[in-house]
Amino acid sequence: MIHVRQLIKRFGPKIVLNKMAFDVSQGEFVALIGPNGAGKTTFLRILSSLAKPSIGEVNVAGFHLPGQAASVRQRLGVVSHMPLLYGDLTASENLLFYGRMYDVADLTHRVQEVLQLVGLLHRSGDLVRTFSRGMQQRLAIGRAILHNPDVLLLDEPHTGLDQDACDMLDGVLRDVAVSGRTVVMTSHDFVRAQNLASRFDVLSRGRIVASIPANKLSPDGLQAFYRESLEQA
Amino acid sequence: MKNNANPSFIKTMLAVVWKDLTAELRSREVFSAMLIFALLVVLIFNFALELEAGTRASVTSGVLWVTFTFAGTIGLNRSMAQEKDRGCMDGLLMAPVDRSAIYLGKMIGNLFFMVAVEVVVIPLFSVLYNVNLLKPGLLLVVLLGSIGYSGIGTLLATMSVQTRTRDMLLPILLFPVVIPLVVAAVKASAGYLQALPMADIQPWLTLLIVYDVIFLSVAWMVFDYVVEE
Ligand SMILES: Nc1ncnc2c1ncn2[C@@H]1O[C@H](COP(=O)(O)OP(=O)(O)OP(=O)(O)O)[C@@H](O)[C@H]1O
Ligand SMILES: [Mg+2]
Repeated sequence: MIHVRQLIKRFGPKIVLNKMAFDVSQGEFVALIGPNGAGKTTFLRILSSLAKPSIGEVNVAGFHLPGQAASVRQRLGVVSHMPLLYGDLTASENLLFYGRMYDVADLTHRVQEVLQLVGLLHRSGDLVRTFSRGMQQRLAIGRAILHNPDVLLLDEPHTGLDQDACDMLDGVLRDVAVSGRTVVMTSHDFVRAQNLASRFDVLSRGRIVASIPANKLSPDGLQAFYRESLEQA
Repeated sequence: MKNNANPSFIKTMLAVVWKDLTAELRSREVFSAMLIFALLVVLIFNFALELEAGTRASVTSGVLWVTFTFAGTIGLNRSMAQEKDRGCMDGLLMAPVDRSAIYLGKMIGNLFFMVAVEVVVIPLFSVLYNVNLLKPGLLLVVLLGSIGYSGIGTLLATMSVQTRTRDMLLPILLFPVVIPLVVAAVKASAGYLQALPMADIQPWLTLLIVYDVIFLSVAWMVFDYVVEE
């Protein structure tokens, strides 16, 4: 579903992604972990067609970037630590707007369905600026799955949420993830990542230095694996 | 999985306009900031220049365009800041749409805000300065000037909003570029106010139209590059 080879991303003289290779198959949930500044956000912005690769091959859902960006965008949903929502629009107006941008069929019905899914149906007429951070994040997930994308990219979705909000978010994510979508998530929260992901990739200094499937890890073995990978790299 | 078609150009553009107008009708954030500023400018000039009837006609159109120009940058900044603050610009850019349609939608929204302010300012201005601005020719000039201004302004505001000094950067980028447009607008407006023969006004009017076409097509073409990383 995602196929990346020899990816280099430069900002001026600074090389952020260095000949990175990365693969995700259909239906996998990959957690991308790594220290601050490793290039996780940069990588997700390239996958989401917001940034262009300097050099390299990037293929998402069968289309290459940046050349076939429009086809990739149609099949992609993104949740970042910014909610990407308009504060002066209501929850349902936000979804209506984005639904039009994706030409979602039977939009009014779909909006209700998504609001139900993320548990915000009772607040559908309220302005997003009055929402708590957790509610905004749930609506952001609703926004990302509105057009039923094949691939979901999540950049630190738990940032700024309290425990309850995180639990709720994980519940929503799990419901969304089981519906056959391919997911890549960055996270610094190993416990939560381990509850969700089917594979862990460690990104350090612009490349994947280690990778392990979830079933090869002991219940709290991610921390140790992560340390080890960084030391060896 | 069900995949949808990509929306048409018109549909995208209308969606962006609808979004901006709906949000603005609710908060009136952009409009009120622009209007308060415009009214202050009009009042200050009214007191600062104790105009005699003779000089008034020639100065009036200058004051009018200074007001629109400054109020315009406030509106542009506000309207683009709304896209930036919650990361919405990324949301727009990730949609499978023609980015020119996003540009045009934002531009029409900005034009709408500018015209809304002008609708309030022009009658008030007429009363305070004791000149009749409600002439069809003059209103046409105001519209043409506003189209060019929001056309290039939307593009430059998109650029400046990505920097940390955005409020300051926009006028620095925008004013040098729009000077020819503003000059043409001032001259054409003054022509109508002083009831000059059409032959004297026509060249300025033509120039305005030419600038509108140039600004819109340049912005249309380069918008995609401006938003790229
Ligand atoms: N637009 C940009 N211009 C210049 N440098 C950038 C830009 N975006 C990111 N960088 C640099 O790229 C590097 C990787 O940043 P990135 O945000 O991808 O890291 P990250 O892995 O997401 O970190 P974190 O865990 O803190 O979110 C950093 O050193 C950052 O300074
Ligand atoms: Mg990051």
